[in-house]
Amino acid sequence: MNLLLKNARLIDPSQNRDETGLDIEIRDGKIARIGKGLKSDFDARDLKGAVVAPGFCDMHVHLREPGQEHKETIQSGLNAAMSGGFTAICCMPNTEPPVSDPFVVSFIKEKARGHLVDLAICGTMTKARKGEELAPIASLAEAGVRMISDDGSAVSNAMVMRRVFEYAKMFDLLVTQHCEEHTLTASAPINEGKISTKLGLTGWPSVAEEIIIARDILLAEYVGGVRYHAAHVSTAGSVRLIREAKARGAKVSCEVTPHHFTLTDESIETYGTQAKMNPPLRTQEDINAIIAGLRDGTIDAISTDHAPHAAHDKETDIVSAAFGIIGLETAIPIGLTQLVATGHLTLSEYIVRCSTNPRGLLGLPAIRILEGEPASMTIFAPDDRWRFAESDIRSKSHNTPFVGSEFTGRVIGTLNNGQAFWSRN
Amino acid sequence: MRQDLLTTEHLPAETTQTLLDRSDYYLELLKRPGRWTTPSWAMAKPPPISLRSQEGEPILKGYTIANLFFEASTRTRTSFELAERRLGADVVTLTPAVSSLSKGESVLDTVRVLEAMRLDAIVVRHASAGIPQFLADHLPEHVHVINAGDGAHEHPTQALLDAAEMRTALGALRGKHVAIVGDILHSRVARSNVWLLKSLGARVTFVAPETLMPRDAAEVFGIKTTTNLDEVLPTADAIMMLRIQLERQARGFFPSLEEYRAQYGMTPERMSRSKALILHPGPINHGIELDSETAYGERSLVLRQVKRGVAVRMAVLELLFSITS
Ligand SMILES: [Zn+2]
Repeated sequence: MNLLLKNARLIDPSQNRDETGLDIEIRDGKIARIGKGLKSDFDARDLKGAVVAPGFCDMHVHLREPGQEHKETIQSGLNAAMSGGFTAICCMPNTEPPVSDPFVVSFIKEKARGHLVDLAICGTMTKARKGEELAPIASLAEAGVRMISDDGSAVSNAMVMRRVFEYAKMFDLLVTQHCEEHTLTASAPINEGKISTKLGLTGWPSVAEEIIIARDILLAEYVGGVRYHAAHVSTAGSVRLIREAKARGAKVSCEVTPHHFTLTDESIETYGTQAKMNPPLRTQEDINAIIAGLRDGTIDAISTDHAPHAAHDKETDIVSAAFGIIGLETAIPIGLTQLVATGHLTLSEYIVRCSTNPRGLLGLPAIRILEGEPASMTIFAPDDRWRFAESDIRSKSHNTPFVGSEFTGRVIGTLNNGQAFWSRN
Repeated sequence: MRQDLLTTEHLPAETTQTLLDRSDYYLELLKRPGRWTTPSWAMAKPPPISLRSQEGEPILKGYTIANLFFEASTRTRTSFELAERRLGADVVTLTPAVSSLSKGESVLDTVRVLEAMRLDAIVVRHASAGIPQFLADHLPEHVHVINAGDGAHEHPTQALLDAAEMRTALGALRGKHVAIVGDILHSRVARSNVWLLKSLGARVTFVAPETLMPRDAAEVFGIKTTTNLDEVLPTADAIMMLRIQLERQARGFFPSLEEYRAQYGMTPERMSRSKALILHPGPINHGIELDSETAYGERSLVLRQVKRGVAVRMAVLELLFSITS
């Protein structure tokens, strides 16, 4: 890959750098020169009005392969990530079979080889995600998993969870919990509150998430030395618990999805099953708390929880429909629209939550936009107004309520591993 | 009013009044002795709302209506069937095994089958909230969908027949106080009734143990809620007792049937402290929420509710079909 990027705004929080009008020459996939008014024989691309940032990383993605290739494959998922502006993603282990042994890890690695997007892998923390016995965490770590989680369900048994913490600590693996107290959420399709009451649906109460977060924080602190990460937090109470734990110095982190800082449970009445998520969409007060948490650093990362489903999984009633939406291609536009264009986060703060922090949590090398470094970049136009159309979707599945939404901010290109992908001319 | 009857939430009060008036009319008509024959229709005064039918022909002649009951309910199903037949419709009743759905047969597949049958209306009952809306969203526009009960969401024709009987017994419902007592959490009857009664100007109170009261109910429905039945006895004009599903006890919603009866049963002692009329959607757990003497006593509307069912459903069908053209 040889390229000359012209007139870009370079933002690299690791160097405290935010400069406009820069040219970046990329030779053989590496950053050769950064400067103003550079001359080069390489293909030039004018990036006036666009930002060049360290490659974004989505640490919570469901790729469905092995087992449900009709929804997504590793290739189609990586392609969606690439067009969505990510240079790295981490795939969650609730596949069929689950990522409970090193063979599945090597299978996934093999399928991802040579792609523009780097694929990190999350292993399970218990065997077959049953929450009963420890998964072979040492072998999984050796095979290269970057974190462990039984995502899709929580480990209910506190003793098992204690052992997960103790055992994972030996490998410094990030322990990621899907925070759901299942006895409180049985057969609940949506948030418990005014909408569930009106519609006569069983509600998924916010406290079901907070109970597990509180328990896990206490257990992790008791065990000591282990890194705990709460996946896709959705409630004001969760943000408060994590803020308090961080203030005590606990090794606690968390992520939030774009839909949880954008939509409330009232969306059920507009979007129907496309608004059915786990954890469910909450209320405006929860969104306000999440945005405050993003601002003050309580929430470390923005992850999509990209959850592809076939059309028939969603084309049914709210009780039977599958949970989740795809997210890779809308994440950055939603973030720029909801967080940056509104002034809640600066571009630099936003980049930290989409690139620096998730990479750090996964133990991936930091990306710096410096001469001599590999070109791993996300390029986006933060002020571009556009409408997201179904034809913009590269994922195999199309389950999203955001088709037709207008965004401020758009991904232009993704550079990584000596490859360039331009989503837009 | 749209061509479907899915909820009572947005039903305009005038439409409700029309439906109640027409159900009064049909109730009278149904009292006539002898077979329900075509000529009796032609003699009916006032004439039906719809002018689409030929003189002397039942208004739904030539139309096909499917009753789709995913959940057993002999009473409601029979009531709809009678209403449809008496208006002259061709009637098919489908009771798909609930298991076929749990085996993964999607609701959408069901829709496609129904579409192929070229129906004019579908009456649907399902254990999942939102199925009638889903059918309405996916079926062609000319197919009327009538919600005969969806999960804990709504049961609009039940609310209409309750209101019709209360209106007959109490007069206009404006300013009247109706208490709905029991398992509000799982009750579609409560949800449909609260919207309808409020639109008619009645005051509604939900009475339930905290475990069976939906979260934020007072705010969502804009009414009073209480856990204390005795509190509403002096002021209630009508008390609507809900059926308690006996398995709720096993699932821990209340400690025992005895305790439930003591707290929320309309016992003879409580009857003596109230002047309210008693309603119940049936079937009754005798000796738990109601006693037989109360259920069939002077102040009970229970049997009249059953009779009213057919008349209300005729009124609904008549109105829906009259706005097709
Ligand atoms: Zn999850």
